[in-house]
Amino acid sequence: MIEVDRLSKRYGTFLAVDDVSFVCRPGAVTGFLGPNGAGKSTTMRVIAGLTPASSGRATISGRHYHDIPNPGRQVGVLLDASAQHAGRTGREVLTLGALTMGLPRRRVDEMLELVSLTPSESRRRVRDYSLGMRQRLGIAHALLGDPKILILDEPANGLDPAGIHWMRGLLREYADQGGTVLLSSHLLHEVEVIADDLLVIGGGRIVARGSKAELLEGAGTYVRPLSPSLLLSALAAAGLSATPAPDGGLHTGASAEEVGRAAAAASVVLLELRPAGTAGLEEMFLQLTSDTQRESVFEGAAV
Amino acid sequence: MTATIAAPVTVDSKAPGIPWVRLVRIEMRKMVDTRAGFWLVLGIVIISALITGAMLIWSDPRNLTFGQMFGMMNIPTGVLLPVLAILLVTGERSQRTGLVTYTLEPRRSRVVSAKLATSLVYAVAAVLVALAFGAIGTLLAGAFHGDIPNHWDMTWAGLRNSGMLQLIALLEGFGFAMVIMNSAAAIVGFFALPTVWTIISNIVPWMHEHLEPWASLNSAERPFQSGSSVAGDGWAHLGVAVAIWVALPLLVGLWRLARSEIK
Repeated sequence: MIEVDRLSKRYGTFLAVDDVSFVCRPGAVTGFLGPNGAGKSTTMRVIAGLTPASSGRATISGRHYHDIPNPGRQVGVLLDASAQHAGRTGREVLTLGALTMGLPRRRVDEMLELVSLTPSESRRRVRDYSLGMRQRLGIAHALLGDPKILILDEPANGLDPAGIHWMRGLLREYADQGGTVLLSSHLLHEVEVIADDLLVIGGGRIVARGSKAELLEGAGTYVRPLSPSLLLSALAAAGLSATPAPDGGLHTGASAEEVGRAAAAASVVLLELRPAGTAGLEEMFLQLTSDTQRESVFEGAAV
Repeated sequence: MTATIAAPVTVDSKAPGIPWVRLVRIEMRKMVDTRAGFWLVLGIVIISALITGAMLIWSDPRNLTFGQMFGMMNIPTGVLLPVLAILLVTGERSQRTGLVTYTLEPRRSRVVSAKLATSLVYAVAAVLVALAFGAIGTLLAGAFHGDIPNHWDMTWAGLRNSGMLQLIALLEGFGFAMVIMNSAAAIVGFFALPTVWTIISNIVPWMHEHLEPWASLNSAERPFQSGSSVAGDGWAHLGVAVAIWVALPLLVGLWRLARSEIK
């Protein structure tokens, strides 16, 4: 279990992480979602003891990362797949990890096989690896010590679709066996399929949290009228706000019934009216994370 | 969600930590598992061999004593060893491997002490290499040139002094690397700063008179560069200079590493 409690990290006047609290529970994949620079990596680095927090704390099963002996055996961490010595071979990177953690050498071969790096690829230098191969190597490194807790920063970045599919299966199985997974991404569709719990961070603050279903419920309504401008003023008259979608439709946080009533009252012709679904989630994600001034926090349920 | 019947995941805080000796072994391996490190280490051996050969061919046979050969080999080693120590420290940042290193062993001072031990082991090895090539060269010189006066002469003080100066240079490089945390800047700083000091000291008479003997590592080391023993005064000067140029950077560097953010 990973617990982050009122964590803040300040760089000069810039508040990179602003009073963030969350819990990642065992047996679940927690998706940590937010645009670049939202504070995901900083939060994860604080959890792994690499960045000192300005205030608040991050613990793993009640302990600071610092106080975990031989932590690689208990917590698997991948913070940046490119942070490897370019002149080492992939196999050497894993061998150093295995030696440090006190693992048998065969663990290196097992991990290489698990992440589908061939023996010849493993003997190439990391300099010559594609980003996808580096991610596979990084995931192999995080899993090396057979930890029960995984912290992965943007592991899908650079993986091809098959690779992403493979990783999803891997993490799903891992969580189903009782493991705890914290996985970050800046792309909603990368995590929405696999994450049981979602945390959305923007401008250093958690702006939404909950299960995917809970977030979907709050993702609002999609409506496509004959005339968007007429509907916009009709909705405004009813006190509802909406944002235009590129296809001529509108996204709104209001329910379908509220929209229907507002449209009927103003005699606006509707072509489509339905729950926004994943598209709404995407829309909500963009809105929540682009507008850092936003005060209201969407709460799905207590995590 | 799939049902799970797993015990709640806890962290075992009683598990055995990573033994320090293992960290040293890892650092020793990291020194030679890249091309750059490998050739730097091998370079020390190759240069020692070249110097032996060059001295045998071109030197005045009277200079081909064990002490002379050993002394000559210490010159390039004195340059390369600190560079090796600097790269061992700054590599974690320049290659960003610190992200993994300090995640696997969050007690950062243990990693640093393992690196220090590693560079000491390499320093001792370098002195042994110099002694071995010196002995081989002396044997060959004897075979080529017949009897050379004072052939095997080397004072204990000479061996101790050159070993000590190597060690100081290495630790100085290590300390500079810890403070500056950038390979190029640390190497330049290591070689340039003592020279800058000497230049300024030669311009400012007060500095030259009062500070130079104590605060300049170059000046303090000079009496130790010969094979003769040094009086207590010289030791005191060296002690102070080492405190300034070696101990201080090491302490500042350790303090900095403990608080810094690993990126």
